[in-house]
Amino acid sequence: MAFSRILQILCATAADSRPLPEKKPAAAPLGTGRPNVVACHDCDLLNRLPAGTGATLVCARCGAVLRKHRTNSIDRSLALALAALIFFIVSNSFPFLAMKSGGFIQETTLLTGVRELWEQELYGLSSLVLLTCVLVPLAQITGLLYILAPLKWAAGPAPHAVRVFRLVQEVAPWGMMEVFMLGILVALVKLGKMATIIPGISVFSFGVLIFVMAAAFSSLDPPLLWDRLDLRR
Amino acid sequence: MNKRPATARKLGLLSCHDCYLLVEAPPAHDHCRCPRCGAALHQRKPNSLHRTWALVCAAIILYIPANVLPITITSALGTRQADTILSGVIYFMKSGSWEIAAVIFIASVFVPFAKLVLLVFMLLSVHFRSAWRPRDRTALYRLTEMVGRWSMVDIYVVTILVALVKLGAVATIEAGPAAVYFAAVVVITMFAAESFDPRLIWDVIEEDI
Ligand SMILES: [Zn+2]
Ligand SMILES: [Zn+2]
Repeated sequence: MAFSRILQILCATAADSRPLPEKKPAAAPLGTGRPNVVACHDCDLLNRLPAGTGATLVCARCGAVLRKHRTNSIDRSLALALAALIFFIVSNSFPFLAMKSGGFIQETTLLTGVRELWEQELYGLSSLVLLTCVLVPLAQITGLLYILAPLKWAAGPAPHAVRVFRLVQEVAPWGMMEVFMLGILVALVKLGKMATIIPGISVFSFGVLIFVMAAAFSSLDPPLLWDRLDLRR
Repeated sequence: MNKRPATARKLGLLSCHDCYLLVEAPPAHDHCRCPRCGAALHQRKPNSLHRTWALVCAAIILYIPANVLPITITSALGTRQADTILSGVIYFMKSGSWEIAAVIFIASVFVPFAKLVLLVFMLLSVHFRSAWRPRDRTALYRLTEMVGRWSMVDIYVVTILVALVKLGAVATIEAGPAAVYFAAVVVITMFAAESFDPRLIWDVIEEDI
C-alpha cells in the first residue's frame, strides 16, 4: 500500500506537469458548504471543527487526535528543518564509532555498516538500513525545506509542493533514526566487554538530529499547509 | 435505523487519505482525485482485508526462520559461534545486562509476535462483525501501527556489529540468514498494519444496527 502510493506520487510528478484539477474535475469539493467539518481517519465519524484556533480536536467516538493547533508553525518548522540539515551533514561526514582492541583501531562512519552488509551480499538488508537511516530522513528534511522556504520567503508555494508534501507524509513511518540510536546503545553494551568503544562526533550530532527532526515534525501544522498549498488556488 | 452516527460514508462523502479534505463522492465508482492535494480518493483503503491477510500470513511464515536460524555468526581465534535472536537474549541475561536482554526480547521477539496476534485478532473481529469495544480495538490498532518500527533495533545492532568488529584475524562478525528473514518480518508487518483500515471496525457495527 505505502509502496504503491509512493510510486504513484513519484510517477505523477515525473510524468505530467499539468495542474491536476483540470485533469480530473469529477470530484466536487465540500470546502464551501461545510468547511468546518472533518471526518475521523480512524472511524469515519464527522467531527465539527472548534471555532477558536487554539483548541485540540479529538474524535468524539474513537479518541483519535484530529487537529492540534501550532503557533508560528511555518517559521518554527523551517528553522528546525534547517538545523536538521546541518546536523544531518555533520552526522554523515565525521567518524561514528571507533573500536580499540589491542593494537587495532577500527573506525566507522554511518555508512560503514551499510557497505559491509553489501559486501556480504546482503543487498536487501543493506538497502533497508540505508533507506531507513539515511535516505528517508534526508528526503524528509529536504522535502520540508522545499515546501516551507517558498511559503516563508517567496510569494507562493514551490512547483509540485503538494506532491512533495504527500511524499514526505507517506515516507515518514520509514525514517527510523531513533531506533538506530537504540541499536547503537545495545551494540555498545554488547561490545563494551571485549573492547574500548570511542564514540565520534557523529554519534552526538546524530542524537541531536533525532530531537531536531522530531521537533520539526511536531511543530508542523498539516491542515494549515494543505490550505496554503491548495491546488485549486 | 436513525440511530446511525453521521459518518462521511453515510452522507456520501469521501475523506482524502492524504489531506483529509471532505469531498462529495462521484456518482459512478470511477477513479477520482482530491481537488486540494491530487491524491487518489477512496472511501476505504482499497482491498484492505485481503491485503492485510496476505501480508500477515507471509509474516507468520517468515517469523519461524527468523527465530530459528542464526542472526549473527562470530568468528574469533578460529572458533565460529552462531547466535539466534533468543540465544542473544539468554547471553545478555547470563552476563548480567538484563536491561539489554529486556530491550532485545521486547523489540525482537515480543513486539513482532504481539503485532501479528493483534492484526489477526482485528481481522477476525471485522470478519465476524464483532461489536465488542470498537473504541479499544481502534486504540489497539493505533498502538500496533506505532510500535512496529522498534523491532528494527536488532537489524541495526547487527549492522553496527558487522561494521565495528572487523579486526582481521582476531574477530569478525557476519550477519546470519535470520537477519534477512527478520527484516522481512518487520517490513511486512509494517505494510500489514498500514493496509488495515480501522474504519472497517466501525463499518460492520453500523451496518448491523
Ligand atoms: Zn474517530
Ligand atoms: Zn487531498
